[in-house]
Amino acid sequence: MTAHDDSIWDPAAKWGLHPMVAVRPEAFGALVYHYDTRRLSFLKDPRLASVVNELDEGESVNQVLDRAGLSLADRQAFNRALEMLSQTQMIVRR
Amino acid sequence: MAPESTAPRLIDHFERGLQAPICLTWELTYGCNLSCVHCLSSSGRRDPRELTTDEAKAVIDEMNRLQVFYVNIGGGEPTIRPDFWELVEYAVAQGIGVKFSTNGLQMTAAHAQRIKESGYIDVQISLDGATPEINDPIRGQGTFDGAIRAMETLQAAGVAGFKISVVVTRTNVGQLDAFKAIADRYDAQLRLTRLRPSGRGAEVWNELHLTSTDQRDLYAWLLAHGEEVLTGDSFFHLSALGQSLPGLNLCGAGRVVCLIDPVGDVYACPFTIHESFKAGSVREAGGFTQVWRSSDLFLELREPQSAGICTKCSEFDACRGGCMAAKFFTGLPLDGPDPECVMGHGEALLASIDHTQTPRTDVDHSRGSSRRMLPLSVVSRACDESPVAGKAMAL
Repeated sequence: MTAHDDSIWDPAAKWGLHPMVAVRPEAFGALVYHYDTRRLSFLKDPRLASVVNELDEGESVNQVLDRAGLSLADRQAFNRALEMLSQTQMIVRR
Repeated sequence: MAPESTAPRLIDHFERGLQAPICLTWELTYGCNLSCVHCLSSSGRRDPRELTTDEAKAVIDEMNRLQVFYVNIGGGEPTIRPDFWELVEYAVAQGIGVKFSTNGLQMTAAHAQRIKESGYIDVQISLDGATPEINDPIRGQGTFDGAIRAMETLQAAGVAGFKISVVVTRTNVGQLDAFKAIADRYDAQLRLTRLRPSGRGAEVWNELHLTSTDQRDLYAWLLAHGEEVLTGDSFFHLSALGQSLPGLNLCGAGRVVCLIDPVGDVYACPFTIHESFKAGSVREAGGFTQVWRSSDLFLELREPQSAGICTKCSEFDACRGGCMAAKFFTGLPLDGPDPECVMGHGEALLASIDHTQTPRTDVDHSRGSSRRMLPLSVVSRACDESPVAGKAMAL
């Protein structure tokens, strides 16, 4: 896999938290902080926070989303949110 | 900022407070080798009651338990504490990021190398003029050259993306492009913050704070530069001029931010060092966690605030009444407009205030007379500089 391919969002692949990223649970979901880019993001849904935390153990993003038992609309929204997190290197290919 | 950060529901959450601060400012010492005219903590002399090394480490342990991602360390000049680097290393070893503010006078090649090696240390050099003629009357003779030397030292060590922190004043607001050019020259990121009438800032606020024309120019400049210029959410009151600026756009005092001062007292925000905004002390039983989660002041700040006449304003949703500290230290009621309200409501109220009666901080470590002469000449705008797209950052 080349570095270029790694930047493309592919929910069929294995993704996980960037090693320099920390997640802190909050009532609304979670705060996500990247120590390299100093960027802070907000996960506005506790279920999305769980999905992000479970990415490391999943066979693929799709599998983690399957397990979360989401409605179709939520699943699409979560997939979009994860893609955005990938664009800011909060989550990376593993 | 991530796109999922802008929904109003999230703001409601923030206003009700978080498990721990997003951004914790910790002033390590009131001692300073400078005496800037606008110092918001009235620093100068060290306070004999400042936290000891062991007490400071206990605070860091607590931040670790609270999962505070990073701490903004300032002062005073934090690097004059003999245990400064020891405390930085202690925090970093626990995975707490440190961003420290310094005038740069004590920056060495060895420090710069350490910053380069660590992914957890970020440094912010204070500069209040893009030329010595504008900077030095505010920060002191030779401080422009000192700050530039620190930037050169950082650049020579290969530290990219350090911050250059500017308090925007009436005398330097014409230099925004020149500040940006300095940041670009040193691979740094520009950070602009608002002048508050806090600490010694109260003494110079009338002559240095932005005019309404300056505020409109600054707003347009910030909009044009987007996330490549940081503001620490300083100018959210300007969002009432139109499109929102990047950031959370709310007063985070006691809700998402707070200040620990050198003696361990916890205040609602870095600009509110005054008995009225003291929530407690990290030295009390229960420590910082107890103060953050249960102090009367912070619980009160997380309740819906009465916004008085501001609720009738068409722009209330944009500025939400502005900055608490700016109101308090100019003598304005907290449930009214910001003194720099872009609709002009603050200005009208200020005219009716007896300026001899405005609250002054009871915590003053200034050395003798710190007041300096300020230049009265108006600075012309520096030449236009095409901005180089920088790395977008949230805070």
